Amino acid sequence: MDLFLHQVLAGLATGGIYACMALAIVMIYQAIDHLNFAQGEMAMFSTFIAWQLMQWGLPYWVAFVATIVISFAAGVLLEQTVLRPLHGAPVLSHIVVFIALFAILNSAAGFIWDYTVKPFPTPFGTQPLFGQGLMSAHDGGMIAVTLIILVLLYLFFRHTRIGLAMRAAAANPASARLVGIRVGWMVALGWGMAAAIGAVAGMLIAPVVFLEPNMMISILLYGFAGAVVGGLTSPLGAVIGGFSVGVIENLAGTFIPYVGREMKLTIALALIVAVLTVKPSGLLGRRVMTRV
Amino acid sequence: MAQQDISFSDTAVRGLPSVEQNSWALWGTVLFLAVAIALPFFLRSFVVFQLTLAMIYAIAIIGLVLLTGINGQFSLGHSAFFGIGAYTAAVLMDQFGVSFYWTLPVAGVVCFVFGFLFGLPALRLEGIYLALATFALAIAMPQILKSSLFEHWTGGVQGIVLIKPDAPFGLPISSDQWLYFLTLAIGLMLAVCAMNIVNSRTGRALIAIRDNPIAARAMGIDISLYKTLAFGVSALFTGIAGALSGVAIQFVAPDSFTFNLAIGLFVGLVVGGVQSIPAALFGGLFVLFVPNIAESVSKGLAGAVYGVILILVIYMMPSGAAGLARLVADKVLMKAHRKGPR
Repeated sequence: MDLFLHQVLAGLATGGIYACMALAIVMIYQAIDHLNFAQGEMAMFSTFIAWQLMQWGLPYWVAFVATIVISFAAGVLLEQTVLRPLHGAPVLSHIVVFIALFAILNSAAGFIWDYTVKPFPTPFGTQPLFGQGLMSAHDGGMIAVTLIILVLLYLFFRHTRIGLAMRAAAANPASARLVGIRVGWMVALGWGMAAAIGAVAGMLIAPVVFLEPNMMISILLYGFAGAVVGGLTSPLGAVIGGFSVGVIENLAGTFIPYVGREMKLTIALALIVAVLTVKPSGLLGRRVMTRV
Repeated sequence: MAQQDISFSDTAVRGLPSVEQNSWALWGTVLFLAVAIALPFFLRSFVVFQLTLAMIYAIAIIGLVLLTGINGQFSLGHSAFFGIGAYTAAVLMDQFGVSFYWTLPVAGVVCFVFGFLFGLPALRLEGIYLALATFALAIAMPQILKSSLFEHWTGGVQGIVLIKPDAPFGLPISSDQWLYFLTLAIGLMLAVCAMNIVNSRTGRALIAIRDNPIAARAMGIDISLYKTLAFGVSALFTGIAGALSGVAIQFVAPDSFTFNLAIGLFVGLVVGGVQSIPAALFGGLFVLFVPNIAESVSKGLAGAVYGVILILVIYMMPSGAAGLARLVADKVLMKAHRKGPR
């Protein structure tokens, strides 16, 4: 039982990473109705920008805020320049462009900052939080930040006009345009916010997994798994899903022989397939109805 | 799609040009065959090897055309079936001493079964969800192949080394050339099979499911059966391609079948044109050569150059090479026809 509790706690710690990522994924899914396969690389690139700013001597929190602002602007710019011309193009074209962005960002980061692994500072410190060293102060801080973002997002989407406009633009672009919402800008705003949340996720994850151009690929998969478990339409679901994926991964690694340790990514695969088969809308997502 | 409809409904080019188009297609095929058969006698063996690989990718892409272009299901995970095919062939040759030629149909059947089984959960998934599930499959596959559970057969991280078959009947050609001709023959055969599937009752059912599943069901099409079959057949094509690739490269290892391969095949599909079987060859060539071109432009920024090329291709040929070719052909025919009757 003790072992079980320890593993759950450790799972929550890694689950914080996935929850962060899942939140960013759900964010952009809300705004553009596509899953962005370049999301992880965008977050990685933002984290490198933060690292560079700190190398130039800026204090942590200044670099933190500056990176969020830069990422937001870059996300909006990316939507306006690269994706705007594809408006109305088939999903296949979008996925290819995401793949292209993935390749560009990965290779550019490797070119500018090279592929050596870099340590990334944490503002919360690394001392153990609960004595046994299962969850460090950084893990705790990460979970706290994730929850704060979640609350901010909830307030934004529920209680501001612009949040309402964004939801309308995503749910029904044509009607939204008819009532005077500038749908194009709402989509751009969604990209900006997703890039900003991705930047926060990257900066919180980097102290744990270290900074390098390929740091995000497997985390992206777990993030997807978390988003699917929670439901792609629900930010709260994404956070819960992210934490559950972390816990399940840890428990499976401890209690299932072979599979757990060597085939960790397969667990994410099995989880995605299982959830999509049994309950495609996820824990908290809403079902999409189609009218015939 | 809209452009195609316009060009077909344009009454000025109806009737005669369709016969003209047919004869064009026939001459094009003959010319292609002549060039394809002559090429290996004029090229260095490394280039022959590269062209063989491009054709192998093209076979895998035909599988994707059937799945995505004809049936409307996504897959970012075909590297998994490619890998299963390659490993089936490799294990059979390495552990059981089966001749290479017999491993190809076995690899196809094994992949058909896996594809069919994966098609079952995929039934519940649409569009982006299916892309996600297959994405996860692609990411997980190398780890599964590395696992110590199967290490006895797969050789774990080490992989399996294979030997290229020599040309049979004492033909005076090198093993590279023989494999090229073999791949060409198998590729043509599979392409003809795929075209026949598309033009059959089954093909029309698959297209109906893609265009309007509800109407298709109302017409009495068993959607679940056809969708899972499409997945199985698609995996079969890709598995045969995988088996051929294992022998062509003479080596299979878990890290040859990563997500990058799945991306490559997917990109080849879209760049060639999702609904065109002949265009799969263009896709195969793109998959093989464009990364090399990108690398020759800039070594450090190869990925970035590749990405930029990809974005430009999507902007300039939104319906792939096949769409572009059709557009050009229509323009030319229209011009010829206008001059003709006067």
